[in-house]
Amino acid sequence: MTSSTLPAPPRETAESRRTRTLSNAAVRASKARRRREQGWAALFLAPQFLALAVFMLVPFGFAVVLSFMNWDGLGDKSWAGLANYREQLSDPEFHDAVLNTLLLGAITVPVGLALALLVAMALNNVRGKTFYRVVYFLPVVTSSVAVSVIWQIILASGDLGLLNNTVHDWFGITLPDWLDNENWVMVAIAAVTIWSSLGLNVVIFLAGLQAIPSHLGEVARIDGAGPVRVFRHITLPLLSPTIFFSFVIAVISSFQAFDQIYVLVDPKRNEGARTIVYQVYDLGFRDFRFGASSAAALLLTVMTVIVTVIQFRAQKRFVHYES
Amino acid sequence: MVALLRRRLGAIALHTLLIAGGVVMLFPFLWMMLTAFKGQQQMIQDPLGWLPDPWRPENFPDALGMMPFGRAYWNSFYIATVVVVATLLSASMAAYAFARIEFPFSKTLFMVFLLTQMVPSQVTLVPLYVMLSKFGWIDTHWALIVPAIANPFAVFMMRQFIRSVPVELEEAARLDGANRWTIFTRIVLPNVRPGLAALGIIVFLGSWNSFLYPLIFLNSEDNYTVPLLLSQFKGQHGGLNYGLVLAASAVSVIPMLIAFLIGQRRIINSMAASGLGGR
Repeated sequence: MTSSTLPAPPRETAESRRTRTLSNAAVRASKARRRREQGWAALFLAPQFLALAVFMLVPFGFAVVLSFMNWDGLGDKSWAGLANYREQLSDPEFHDAVLNTLLLGAITVPVGLALALLVAMALNNVRGKTFYRVVYFLPVVTSSVAVSVIWQIILASGDLGLLNNTVHDWFGITLPDWLDNENWVMVAIAAVTIWSSLGLNVVIFLAGLQAIPSHLGEVARIDGAGPVRVFRHITLPLLSPTIFFSFVIAVISSFQAFDQIYVLVDPKRNEGARTIVYQVYDLGFRDFRFGASSAAALLLTVMTVIVTVIQFRAQKRFVHYES
Repeated sequence: MVALLRRRLGAIALHTLLIAGGVVMLFPFLWMMLTAFKGQQQMIQDPLGWLPDPWRPENFPDALGMMPFGRAYWNSFYIATVVVVATLLSASMAAYAFARIEFPFSKTLFMVFLLTQMVPSQVTLVPLYVMLSKFGWIDTHWALIVPAIANPFAVFMMRQFIRSVPVELEEAARLDGANRWTIFTRIVLPNVRPGLAALGIIVFLGSWNSFLYPLIFLNSEDNYTVPLLLSQFKGQHGGLNYGLVLAASAVSVIPMLIAFLIGQRRIINSMAASGLGGR
């Protein structure tokens, strides 16, 4: 790096010799300057880097080591080899956890994003945006615990449940016991998750929509394109980077769902609500099997990385970036 | 004429759709408020009666008296504030180094920062618990403050903001002999104030609403944060006395909602810009 800044003198004259010594001095000075700059860089980076190393990188490494061990947190550690992974991969509870997690994502991601896009497009064309934005955003600033407490009495079975009793009284339809039924509980959790994150995706999409120059749509309309074609060929491509970003985030957060599940339905009572993060929590902090818990967590990481890589591979075909 | 009528009808259709959605968004909050005033008697005999009969405002002082909500509020508030200040300072420092200082492996190091964000925080749960108990930090607020400072997303976001500050401003100061720290505090930080505000809001909300870490790292009631206290309250006093639980829930939610209504424009714009929402 240093040598590249040195000019090579073509021939030795008094003049060029003077320049060379000068440039040597300049090189020395710039070396000192660079070292000083590196000192500043180290200083500026130190706090974040230290926090990152101590509270993210080291624990991650530790998790990898733990996943190959048996340990209850107090007694002796012993090597387990691949046993923890083998156990999780053949454990029906873990299989259920993976399937439930995927089911949650399969509902919340497409339905949540499509609803958000619909609301954002409606908002883009009406007056009173500010009012609607606030209304749709309220659940986003409400803690997931409070959200779950509220929804629990709405979705409850028996006399307490507002939704099921109302639907039964008005339409005579008997709905499933959302929170107590193994097959329906994930649908209920997905609905609550969509409700509480809709506003965030709406305002992100709305910001994206408002960045699209309105004359593009007008030109197309004058050329005779209907609203569907304007949406397909102008709105959607121009919004695709925003949608892609929200898509990636939505998938990752559906993989990490925990709060609403823990409060809304403790999977101890309804196995249908067991997700991978719940499995990690259950193994680690109820059974105190730190090795098995770490193995489950690392399997979740592998799953996240694979799915994210697939998404980034696929984006070339679906996402339109302006050059 | 026809076009105008059509546009009117379109607007009416859109508003109908948006209002229907808005009702779905608001109704649970309304139901929470109504139920919060219902007595235990009513919850058993007629839990679905619309209005509380009789109104029992006593639910609120009762709920507040059963568990230390005031304490939890203070805990949540000061933890979130410390996390915000420490994160903003350390993240913009790192972001400044990445944006403006040349040093070897700058790109590689930045990639490392970005990659750590891919690791789900749940993976570090067990090891972090083990480490924090070695530090003697379990059941203290250190466990919620210090690890939360590591925030690669904040570094990434601040780097974007700092890069938009004109370099010429810095160069002028350097000619006057200002060093990097002076430039950072006197020139860069004042110029990224909107970015700092946006990030501050996101980090504050993230800390305020976080649940998993408090659930695992805290044991004694006096140390609880608001969401943890609410979940424990529900566990202990739940049963059939839902009026009480929802009064507690309302207490935990309302101040935040008021703060949101006051700062809604800024809060919504920050979250929209980040596209992440601190979760």
